[in-house]
Amino acid sequence: MNATSPPTLELRDVSKSFGSVEALREVDFEVRDGEVMALVGDNGAGKSTLIKCVAGIYSIDSGQVFFEGNPVTIHGPKDAAKLGIEVVYQDLALCDNLDVVQNMYLGREEHDPIFRLREAPMEQRTTDTLKSLSVTTIRSVRQPVATLSGGQRQSVAVARAVMWNNRVVFLDEPTAALGVAQTHQVLELVKRLGEQGLAVVIVSHNLNDVFEVANRITVLRLGRNVGVYEREKTNQQEIVQAITAGTPAAAEAEVVA
Amino acid sequence: MSTAAPVEVQAAAAEDAGLAAIFRGRWEAFKGGDVGSLPVVVGIVAITLFFYFKQSIFVSSVNFTNLIGQMAGVTVIAVGVVFVLLIGEIDLSIGFVSGIAGVVVAELQLPGSGHQWPGLVAIACAIAAGAAIGALQGSIVAIVGVPSFVVTLAGLLIWQGVILKDLGTQGVIGIQDKQINDVANYVLTKNWGWAVAIVFTAGLAAAILGTWLSRRRAGLPTGNPILTVARIVFYGGLAFAAVHVCNHARGVPLVGLIILFVVVLGAYVAGRTTFGRHVYAVGGNAEAARRAGINVKLIRILVFMISGGMAGLGGVILASRLNSVDLTAGGGTLLLDSISAAVIGGVSLFGGRGRVSGALFGGLIIGMVSNGIDLVGYTDAVKFITTGLILLAAVTLDTVARRRQAAAGR
Repeated sequence: MNATSPPTLELRDVSKSFGSVEALREVDFEVRDGEVMALVGDNGAGKSTLIKCVAGIYSIDSGQVFFEGNPVTIHGPKDAAKLGIEVVYQDLALCDNLDVVQNMYLGREEHDPIFRLREAPMEQRTTDTLKSLSVTTIRSVRQPVATLSGGQRQSVAVARAVMWNNRVVFLDEPTAALGVAQTHQVLELVKRLGEQGLAVVIVSHNLNDVFEVANRITVLRLGRNVGVYEREKTNQQEIVQAITAGTPAAAEAEVVA
Repeated sequence: MSTAAPVEVQAAAAEDAGLAAIFRGRWEAFKGGDVGSLPVVVGIVAITLFFYFKQSIFVSSVNFTNLIGQMAGVTVIAVGVVFVLLIGEIDLSIGFVSGIAGVVVAELQLPGSGHQWPGLVAIACAIAAGAAIGALQGSIVAIVGVPSFVVTLAGLLIWQGVILKDLGTQGVIGIQDKQINDVANYVLTKNWGWAVAIVFTAGLAAAILGTWLSRRRAGLPTGNPILTVARIVFYGGLAFAAVHVCNHARGVPLVGLIILFVVVLGAYVAGRTTFGRHVYAVGGNAEAARRAGINVKLIRILVFMISGGMAGLGGVILASRLNSVDLTAGGGTLLLDSISAAVIGGVSLFGGRGRVSGALFGGLIIGMVSNGIDLVGYTDAVKFITTGLILLAAVTLDTVARRRQAAAGR
């Protein structure tokens, strides 16, 4: 992780309102290559809105987005995908009626010039990707996702995010629905993604998970920045306080910076 | 852990190849609620046996060619319905949209009207009119967000009104154009019939072998070779048997070829193209499809266009069959028969599940019941009740299958 080069993805003064509700108010956010950035905050803090803005689901009202120091505009999921930003949603956004391969390639199917699907290469690469992530419990990549367990579904969603050689991967509550062993597996996977040089953003309510994998922690509260904390220099009490009460000192520090 | 993976993959591949293992897997899937095409096959056999014992002429080459003519309109319209159901929507306007297409084709060929267009041009215009109506209704559904049930219910009334207004004074338009009348009435020569069977079987074999080869080249499990060959032999055999039976009567009706073409093309589009994949995705989880960058609105509009276009072609077939259109065009049980055909063919009303070939099987079952009941001499009352019961059974089966799949943790 190189502090002098521009962040891989950076948001400056980003605001987003839904009618009279201000979901994000002049929020700053950044993530660098090779780091796992945690994004935490209470319900309604604006975490999901921020993710959806970056993913192109919502368009921002004001503010700027930079990718590797260059200003970019993200108008739709295709723009985000082109930049190499991938989001694994809490609800996983899988189609239950489609099989594993079909879900992995959803929206970017390989096809020949007359839009015929090229199934064999897609199936091959899906199998290889799952193998490289040590996902061994899925019996057939041709079974519908509806037949998979929660952990398997999460694995498919994460595998889909990393298969595309993405630069930035957002994981929204990746461990929320998982048991202890499966949570451990997913967190190992998250660490591995960071070690491979990806910029990883993990959104979680579970501070134990956050402190296990994150290098830095961004805290949002009521749609505003509270601060960015280095894991080495903070503790769970400080983060909890930032989430629930906010800290004026940190807010001032952000303004100065 | 990573060292265990290749062993497991190999084990799975080896397991998939044995015939016994395949049947065991099929049986497990069956118990889990995936009944496949079994109910349709059982239904067709049962209906055939029943009517055969009531009236043996039901199983005859003449009646078989009649059946093809009778089921054609409904089956072609049902192909469009399959696409609409796959995205989890409904199109109630198809009956009268097909009626509009019939009126268009009849008006355009009308001699002495100043616009006596060639039959094929008139047919193309009729299909285009259906597709345009579908695009309009689909746009209201996809862009404005009005539920498809309401939009197409309004369409049902509007297009019925348009038909009544246009035909109001004379009540009927006769069709004299040969090309248009040939659609439902032309019969292929015996050799052309055989040619169709040969081309169909060769195409099927090429498609299946192409898949097999590309999977083998990619080092993927190719499935059991015996079953692969058996599939080609079975479906090819059905094609040759159908041609053989037809050739015993007058020959293969052109409209049978149209059904085959529409169903194969529809199955190809749904199963082997990116568009088809996106249709299933929108029906399975529209939000997931949208986030994956699929243009959900465009897919919805195109699907309603397909539905309208297929209704248009169906309308042309029905008009050609009667050599005229009258005030009842597109009315009666046409709408419900078409939707029933898709549902009986195993297409889920909840979206995302089903195949285009279901329209063929559903259309066949509805056509057989209707044809058989007419032959035996029962009244329309019996026909409606029977069709209704079959529809109810099909939807019940679909619902139970869904519940079992959910319960099996699958």
